[in-house]
Amino acid sequence: MSSRDRVLGRVRRALADVTPHDGPYEEAVGRDYLREHGERTTGRTVELLAENLADYRAIVHRAGAEELPDLVARLLAGRGSREVLVPPGLPPGWLSAADVVRVQDLAESTPQRLDRVDSVVTGCAAAIAETGTIVLDGSPDQGRRRISLVPDHHICVVRVPEQVVSSVPQALERLDPVRPLTWISGPSATSDIELDRVEGVHGPRTLEVILLG
Amino acid sequence: MSRTFVGMPASPPPAHPAFPKAARDAVRNPTLRENLRHATHTIRAKRAKAVAELSDWAGLREAGRRIKDHTLHHLDRYLEQLEESVTAAGGTVHWAADAEEANRIVAALVKETGESEVVKVKSMATQEIGLNEALEAEGIRAYETDLAELIVQLGKDRPSHILVPAIHRNRGEIRDIFRAEMGAWGRPAPEGLSDTPAELAEAARLHLREKFLRAKVGISGANFMVAETGTLVVVESEGNGRMCLTLPETLISVVGIEKVVPTWRDLEVFLQTLPRSSTAERMNPYTSMWTGTTDGDGPRTFHLVLLDNGRTDTLADRVGRQALRCIRCSACLNVCPVYERAGGHAYGSVYPGPIGAILSPQLRGTASEIDASLPYASTLCGACYEVCPVAIDIPEVLVHLRERVVQGGPAVRRGDKVVLKPAKGHAAERAAMRAARWAFTHPGALRAGQRLASRTRRLHPRALPGPGRAWSGTRDLPAVPAEPFRDWWQRTQGESGEQGAGK
Ligand code: SF4
Repeated sequence: MSSRDRVLGRVRRALADVTPHDGPYEEAVGRDYLREHGERTTGRTVELLAENLADYRAIVHRAGAEELPDLVARLLAGRGSREVLVPPGLPPGWLSAADVVRVQDLAESTPQRLDRVDSVVTGCAAAIAETGTIVLDGSPDQGRRRISLVPDHHICVVRVPEQVVSSVPQALERLDPVRPLTWISGPSATSDIELDRVEGVHGPRTLEVILLG
Repeated sequence: MSRTFVGMPASPPPAHPAFPKAARDAVRNPTLRENLRHATHTIRAKRAKAVAELSDWAGLREAGRRIKDHTLHHLDRYLEQLEESVTAAGGTVHWAADAEEANRIVAALVKETGESEVVKVKSMATQEIGLNEALEAEGIRAYETDLAELIVQLGKDRPSHILVPAIHRNRGEIRDIFRAEMGAWGRPAPEGLSDTPAELAEAARLHLREKFLRAKVGISGANFMVAETGTLVVVESEGNGRMCLTLPETLISVVGIEKVVPTWRDLEVFLQTLPRSSTAERMNPYTSMWTGTTDGDGPRTFHLVLLDNGRTDTLADRVGRQALRCIRCSACLNVCPVYERAGGHAYGSVYPGPIGAILSPQLRGTASEIDASLPYASTLCGACYEVCPVAIDIPEVLVHLRERVVQGGPAVRRGDKVVLKPAKGHAAERAAMRAARWAFTHPGALRAGQRLASRTRRLHPRALPGPGRAWSGTRDLPAVPAEPFRDWWQRTQGESGEQGAGK
């Protein structure tokens, strides 16, 4: 007997006392909880996103379309970044004012190569106000998962209000599970020393979020 | 009872002392007690605040309970669906009936790649099966990359908490371990390393970076697997998970069969309850979700090893199966007055605390002294049930397992029906008695439990069915949580010697 058959057989015998539920799944579960917490205007939702991002030590900036290139240039210069990773579909204007070397993420680039890059600039797929979370889904303006992971400085641009949702349930509705997803809530952190949150372990230690709009 | 019922070859250590003996040693260690007290009290207050932010917490908890129960009640169906979805997305699914088989599968998969080292992201399932030791025996070195796991691995120590395996270590001890041991495993600790958490985290970053960047094989567990889509989810903080899931060419995930949920939408419940319950955050820093393999992004090869190892035996128990709802948040550890004093090592398992006290004796059987004594490692105060985000009634299962230890009866071990002999007069019985004596002679533990209980416990009056009445008497067990224990104690103390418990 294969282990598959053995395990499934054990499961079926273990459930001999259970009457299977034949109705629709949603009926079996019932969802007596909220789609979002509280009622807010769109503007207030964006503010809440900014507050919660900042609460977990992301650095939040706001910019209109015109100011964005200068802001990005200033943030990169402020850190002394010389090399910047650029996803293939990043709007070219975003980096137009920055005096940096643009590094493409080529298939043959080794992780060691990416580790020498100072910063990365990406867009995002969605942002969640209630939790202060940005979600990347590997779209062309975000690139492969590794580029927002290896460099120590990540600048993420969120288009507000259109990319902002209030809650986790609303975010899942928007996202496509087929794509590789990375949910990011503040910079890398650990609670492993005496259960206290300390920022800065393996992921980018500085996360800057620009609310564009 | 026969030793053949022990389902987890890697643990418990064959001669692991029963809970009371192990706990006594821990209680006598003032550093350990202070570390635990500090850590658990810090997290308790923060968790309460994070939970209070959600006005619909009770609804989320109930939905979580129902999703998990429904899944468990149709587990065969959802496992088959999951296998189909993962396969369609480019992954390969393997089934492991026990620890040994899982280890064999993983070792063979690593060897196929030609590599002799792997990076690992913290996973309870791989600890449970003793994967690192099994790989070591095959000449494969497994590097733990979670900060706490690293501390445990470098310190040649054992984990003592689900979420923070090195919770028993304070910052000074961590610095000493890093200074003494890092060099033997790779990059040594920086000169003049201090004990500030930020510097310790930086030392871990430097030490592990070269390993991440050159890794060809990553090994993970998963917090959730979605049957409908084939998506796996790993919830973490440090980014070591993202490194292990993204940079290697081959990814092997070892996941217990109870981690499956039916639909994508179900994640909306657990991604709200898990972070708030475990690290008391609105959201943990990083959550990774992947469905099979993606062209040009991340590992090219993905293997999923579905692990039974006692889970189907647990599923066969009508009362005990609720333990399989556990999402490993560790909230029950952090509120437990017995855990706080005894520490995680006393439980003799990778699953310590209240959840360990009901899970280990079910996964492994109650043949060993430690497993037979675990159901007694509690004051039945009910604080664990109150904080549990999937509403596992741990006191109910504890009482049920005490009966099983003392009275014996039908159970399922390794898929076969067996009849357990009563433990009366047996070593397990004596262990149980000692456990009771320990808890009872530490009134601090009882009092703390009762205080918590009176503050937090909602009343769900009910009496236990069948022989459970022997424990709960005529009263509603959870409503007066500590009393059945005292009753039991007085009754059994009144009788002579080993004749004690239950009958
Ligand atoms: S039993 Fe409940 S509280 Fe304890 S770890 Fe599991 S889910 Fe969390």
